[in-house]
Amino acid sequence: MNFGQILAEVFYTLIGIIFILVGVKALRDPGAQKKATTAAFWFLLACTFILGNWIPKWIVGLAIVCMAVLTGIKGVVQSASDVPEQSVVRERADKLGYKIFIPALSLALSAVVLATLGSKVPALSWITANNSICLAGIIALIVVLCMTKANPKYAVVDGTRLMDNVGPTGILPQLLSALGALFTAAGVGTVIANGVAKVVPEGNKLIACAVYCIAMALFTIIMGNGFAAFSVITVGIGIPFLIMQGANPIVVGALGLTAGYCGTLCTPMAANFNIMPAALLEVKNKYSIIKSQVPVALCMLVIHIILMYVFAF
Amino acid sequence: MDILKLAGVLIVVIGFALKLDTIATVVIAGIVTGLIAGMSPMEILTTLGTSFVSQRTATLFVLTLPAIGICERYGLKEKAIDFIRSIKNATTGRVILIYQAIRTLAAAFSVRLGGHPQFVRPVVVPMAEGAAAAKYGEISDETSDMIRGASAAAENYGNFFAQNCFMGASGTLLIVSTLVEAGYEVTPAQIAAWSIPVAVISVIVGVVRAILIDKKLAKVAERSEA
Repeated sequence: MNFGQILAEVFYTLIGIIFILVGVKALRDPGAQKKATTAAFWFLLACTFILGNWIPKWIVGLAIVCMAVLTGIKGVVQSASDVPEQSVVRERADKLGYKIFIPALSLALSAVVLATLGSKVPALSWITANNSICLAGIIALIVVLCMTKANPKYAVVDGTRLMDNVGPTGILPQLLSALGALFTAAGVGTVIANGVAKVVPEGNKLIACAVYCIAMALFTIIMGNGFAAFSVITVGIGIPFLIMQGANPIVVGALGLTAGYCGTLCTPMAANFNIMPAALLEVKNKYSIIKSQVPVALCMLVIHIILMYVFAF
Repeated sequence: MDILKLAGVLIVVIGFALKLDTIATVVIAGIVTGLIAGMSPMEILTTLGTSFVSQRTATLFVLTLPAIGICERYGLKEKAIDFIRSIKNATTGRVILIYQAIRTLAAAFSVRLGGHPQFVRPVVVPMAEGAAAAKYGEISDETSDMIRGASAAAENYGNFFAQNCFMGASGTLLIVSTLVEAGYEVTPAQIAAWSIPVAVISVIVGVVRAILIDKKLAKVAERSEA
């Protein structure tokens, strides 16, 4: 293993430790329900991250099935976190002012700077794009701790608080890629591609782009979730009809997901973006948000198709 | 017979549409697909495990959480609200546009603004409706709905179209994982870079929308005076 890979394993271990701490938080919370199943989920997840590279992969697969059972029976819940008090936060905001944006911005900026250095300077090639994200997280943490003089224990307190908020669905993208791999191994992509090939004239790149983007949006509308649509449609349409025909995978991938988001804007299935806010804002017509968004979504979808056609080939 | 392989896709679609547990849905879909394709349980578990481990990159955002959490503890959201409130003399359309622009930038830098409950309801809507009321007097229910819908929409546009500009965003990492699993070497930096055009265009579309909103408000006011 080269240094870059070793560093990556270190980062995965750190992430695993955060998962363990979320589980511990659940066990320690006196008022929490379902402590055992919640903690079990997080501990299993931690194992897959820390030991994943070293243990037989079918054991990891088994752990995943166990985790799915735990979430399936609704056994994973949030435990109490140390939520900062409003008045205290307001006081701090008044004291620190806009400087608090510095660590927040440094997160994205250091990731970009490190990734660029890593790709341009041969001696720094161990700073892969993935490692840059992690290093940036650590740099931002150091910056904010220095600036606020906060007790370092808050790194754990707030890290686990946010992770618990995100919850099990945080691993959804990772699972979806695994699903994509299973789909590919099973030949699902080929079946979809054969079906679509009957409708799409061969070699017509514009129609291929249109079909990909529209299918993304459509599936997202049905499912209310762009991530799931992305895996299925990219494997079934994006790869066979665009990438294998010479399209730049970066362009296809990047534009594909946001094309899916055009669908998110139009569907009541994406309730926490479109329906919940309508209730929160007390509008008379609960579809007001969707009504406002549909024209823009359609416009953006067309733009996506054009951008993909122009830049992917 | 091949069409049966799509059972997994159907399970995902139905599971998400019916709001069943997402993780269980995905795992069941995967297992069913494997079984239909004739894979042995061992093969299925191994495939599942192998790609889960190799795609741990999709969950790297976890290491950004401690820093963000502490920033929030020290007033990140409060200062963002202060900033938006300090905008003076804006029309309804402009308030909504400025919020969209801020939200877009924030998403691109992975600064969580907590959107609808923290900004749209307490800050953006009062400012947007206030601007309309100041200019045109009392606004009808229909107009209020339109303004509120447009404000919430600004939050969604900023969130969706710019979030992938951040290398560590889960969407960005999902794209990378999916393509890498399929054998195409892409990096988060490349995906983030290629997500920028859409983010920029969404703000331009936002400008057009702001102009249209102000025009519509003017027309409605004219009509009610006539």
